[in-house]
Parts: sequence; C-alpha cells; structure tokens
Amino acid sequence: MTVAARADRPPGTSRAPAVVLRDVHRDYPLAGEAVHAVRGVSLEVAEGDYVAVVGPSGCGKSTLLNLVGAIDRPTAGTVTIAGRDVSTLGDREATRFRLLTIGFVFQRFYLMPALSALENVELPMAEAGVGRDERRARARELLTYVGLQARERHRPAQLSGGEQQRVAIARALANRPRLLLADEPTGELDARTSAEVIALLRRVHEDGATVLVVTHDDELARAARRIVRMRDGRLEA
Amino acid sequence: MIAARAAASLLRHRARTALAVLGVAVAAAMLLDMIMLADGMRASFRAMLDVRGFQLRLSPRGTLPFDTEATIGGAGEIARLLRANPDIETVAPVLGAALHVRVPGTADVSVVGLGVEPAVQGDYALVRGREAARPDELVANALLLRRTRARLGDTLTVAVGYDPQLRTARGTRRLVVVGEGRFFYLAADQPAAALPIATLQAMGGPERADRVSLFMVRARPGADVERVRAWIAERVPRVTVLSTATAMAAVDQRLSYFRQLAVILGAVSLVVGFLLVTTLVTVSVNERVGEIAVLRAIGVARSRVVRQIVLEGLVLSVAGAVVGLGLGLVTARYLNGILKAFPGLPASIDFFLFQPRDAAAALGLLVVTGLVAGAFPAWRAASLPIARTLRQEAVA
Repeated sequence: MTVAARADRPPGTSRAPAVVLRDVHRDYPLAGEAVHAVRGVSLEVAEGDYVAVVGPSGCGKSTLLNLVGAIDRPTAGTVTIAGRDVSTLGDREATRFRLLTIGFVFQRFYLMPALSALENVELPMAEAGVGRDERRARARELLTYVGLQARERHRPAQLSGGEQQRVAIARALANRPRLLLADEPTGELDARTSAEVIALLRRVHEDGATVLVVTHDDELARAARRIVRMRDGRLEA
Repeated sequence: MIAARAAASLLRHRARTALAVLGVAVAAAMLLDMIMLADGMRASFRAMLDVRGFQLRLSPRGTLPFDTEATIGGAGEIARLLRANPDIETVAPVLGAALHVRVPGTADVSVVGLGVEPAVQGDYALVRGREAARPDELVANALLLRRTRARLGDTLTVAVGYDPQLRTARGTRRLVVVGEGRFFYLAADQPAAALPIATLQAMGGPERADRVSLFMVRARPGADVERVRAWIAERVPRVTVLSTATAMAAVDQRLSYFRQLAVILGAVSLVVGFLLVTTLVTVSVNERVGEIAVLRAIGVARSRVVRQIVLEGLVLSVAGAVVGLGLGLVTARYLNGILKAFPGLPASIDFFLFQPRDAAAALGLLVVTGLVAGAFPAWRAASLPIARTLRQEAVA
C-alpha cells in the first residue's frame, strides 16, 4: 500500500529536497524577555530521507519541528516544504497544506478520545473531503499496516500507549503525506513498545515516506539514516 | 463528521451534559411561561370579547359594561334605531340583575341574572337543553344547577329585588329550567341564569321597564366598525360605545405591568440559559485545548473547529428547549389553575394561553441564544496559537 506521496522526478536524477530551511530564526517573548529558540538554522532533508534531530531539552528541537510543520512561523529566514515556502502562508492555506502534505505524530499521541481508532484514522481524510467508503477502506488498511486491525472499534482509553501511538502514526499517514514529522514519538513509551514504534517508523520510511523526528531516544535516532544535533537553537556541525 | 464529533464530545461527560440540558430546560420552561403570560391574558380576553362576534358594546354613558348598576332607558327605541342601520347585523340587549332563588330545605342561592333575547344573545353557549324561548323559562349554569340540585325540566322560584331583612322581593316568578349554559363573562364560582329580557324587566317592576344594562352590536361583514361606532355615539349620546379595539387598548394599558414583568423574567431566563451554555461549552473547550490544537495541527480548518463547538452549544440549547417546552406547558397549566381560581374572574379568562407561535418564539430565542453562547468559546478555541498550545500542553 502507499503510505506516502513522493514528488515525481525523472529516473536517475538526484533526490529533490523535501525540506529546506534557510537561516531560520524563531524568537518569542517569555516573561518580558525574548527567547531565541532557533538561531540561524539551515537544513535540507531529501525526499525519502529519514532524519533524526537530537539534542538536550530546550535546545529548540520541537520549535524547529513546528516550523517545518507549518504550525509556527519563523521570525526570520525561509522554510520550504515540498517546494513551497510555508513561512508566508495564511492560516487557511497553511491548514490545507498541513492536511495534505504533512503527517504529525506527537509525544502524547493526542488521539480524539471520543472517537474509535478507525474514526481517528478517518479524521484527516474526512477533513480532506474523501468519501466515506473510500476513507473507511483506507483507514482499515492503515490499521492493518500498523498491526491494529482487531482494534478498530476501540477508543483510545481502551488501547495501550504503544497501540495509541501506532494509531497516531496511521492517522498521520491517512492523506499520504509528503513528509512525516514526529515529536518525541517514543517519549511516553516503555522500552518494548518504543521498539515497536521505532520499527514501525523505519518501515514507514522504507515504504517511501520522508521522515523527520526529534528525539532524546538514542535507539530511535540510530534508526534514522541521518542524525542532526542541535544545541542552544543551532545545529552542530 | 462534525456532528459526530460534537455528539461524541457531549457524550463524554454525560452527567454534566444532562445537568446542563436540565438547566437550559428550566430556563426554557420559564421563558415559555413568560411568553405565554405576556400574551395569554390579552389573547384570552380578546377571544372572550370575540366569542360571538359582537364588536361594539353600548353601556350607560361614562361607564364600562356592568361596571355599575346603571341602566339605559328607552331601550326599545334604541334597539329599533340600531336595527334600522344597514351596517348593523345583530343587536343583543342585556339586562343584568341580582336574582334570588329559593331552595326549600336549604339556604337560598344568590344568582347573577341576565335578561337576554335568546335568539340573538351573546352571553353564553348552551351546553345542553334548549334556549329559554318562553317567558317562564330560564337557562342556568352548572353551578346554579348544583346549588339548587335542579335538573332540566325542574321549576325554580326566582325573585328580583330581594330584601334579606324583610324577606320580601319586588317580583317573583316560577321559572322552568330548560337548558344549561356556559357563561362567557361570569366567574366560574358565580351561579348564573339567563331568562327572557322581557321577563326580567317585568319582574323588576317599573324601575326596570324598557331598560337594559348593555347592548351588544355585531356589524355586518365588511362594514367599517369604527364608522358604526361613531354613528351610534352621535345618534345615541346617552351611551358610551366601546369597540373591541378600544377595549383591547384599555386592557393593554391595564396589563402593561404584567407584560413588563413577563418580559423581564423572560429575559432573565434567557440570560440564565445563555450563561449555562457558555459556561459548559467554555469548560469543555478549556479541557480540550490540547485536542483542539492537535486538530488544527493535523489540518482541521478553523471554521470546522468553530462549527463543532457552536454545534455543541446548539445541541445543548435545542435539547434543553425541547424538554423545557414540555416542562413549561405543565407548569403553565398548573399556574393557570391557581390564578383562575381568583374570585370574580370570568371563567373564560386564561393567564397562560398556549399558542404555537409562543413555542416557536421560545424555541427560536433559545436557538439564537445557543448559537451566540457557543460562539465565544468557539472563537477562543479556533484562535489558539497551535505551537504555543502544544508546548504548554507538553509542559503541563
């Protein structure tokens, strides 16, 4: 099955970058002072790559991920995702862009507690206007892909942490995104379920998705094709 | 999907949702009752005046019908004059008098007596039996029949001008009860009888000869009632001519405090409903800021978030309104029963009168209130800065 869309490119050409950050800064005020969360970061992530951003707490990893995910705007610099400068998008455009181009996985899963696993996976497709039958079939495929076909009617509270994160990954893949972003996806899991999620992300990548994770988890970082280190808002050489 | 999410969100905290619906229902019931009260007396008074289609009432000059014991002399001549007007369809003279019915073996009964022309009368509706067509017949209300233990066909001894100290009367007749009537303008706790006006005039002696308390006039269809009223006022200056419209204006004036009170209490219940819905939806939104930020992050449009939350408020309001309408009808019926028992009120007057447009107005107001109540928390939710909210949630 297709987990992610890829840019069309002529055979034999080099991979086009999925993510391009150019001298990106992000400052925000906190208690009357400016916090420089991201300071002049430039980064490229090629189509089909799997990149882990690692670094100590507060180094700006999550802020960087939010900028790449078009849920935050840089104070300076440009963020280009799949060839589109997202730093200048209005709210409506950015929302649509996130819906169709980016899949998000959060540390705390953030499934909708009132919806079943199947309905959670259907949610982004419903928002994108996919018909009921088609989205239901795709949601079932994705739950099978993450190994939870028997749990489709379960609500998040009836699932373990690892299962919830797998449903969240299925949800992130619902609209075949060009880019999968994961913010500490194993941060709330024990070692065994972390390993399951790490394996699943690796599989997603092998099936064609471009993956960018931020993490403290060495195991997860080692699963990536490339590791980028961050400290005090800057990338380390 | 939006409706499913809104429903699922409300069902997450069933007890809280049920309590909120109940709260809105109480507010809705009060609102409906106040709307019914604001319009009820007026509408039922109007219905009472219009019950037989008489649009004009002639009473002794300077008085309201049956406000005093004053009568109009030369009644026959006035009736002839009125009937000669081609714009007038019906003239119904009425003479009021206190009657005294002797009941052997028990206390006598004081009765409100109405002398009428049975063929054109507009004071009562026959429940059973027939009109008092002959001079020695009468139609009684249910209470008089009960007090005298009389049945149709029985004969009652009826006196006019009874002096309880001397135990004498001006005129006494034995009259046969031929019908039971429901009197429109008399109190439910008042024994009443209608008899031919000529009989009552004769029983009253010379003082009552050719006199009436009131004329009721029905204009022909299409006739200008105000013009007829002006014509009567000019041709019969001894009377005050009251049209239904004038009477309603006077009623409106007298009921204005009632209506103001109803409007104020209705507004209070709307505000209470508004605050309830706003509070509940705001609490619900505050609990879900993380979820809402995630919805926005994964690409759910701001407008959809707004619609979902507004819909939650709307569902609470509509559910509360539907329950409240039933509750309001029950309480209105109960309160109407209490108020109608007030002595001296015409039996056909209602304080709370249900009209479908009242229910529609209450429902409409609550729907609008629900929409407005949901709008503020919805706007707040949709305006959450996604990244900052997620960061705060992560820290929390």
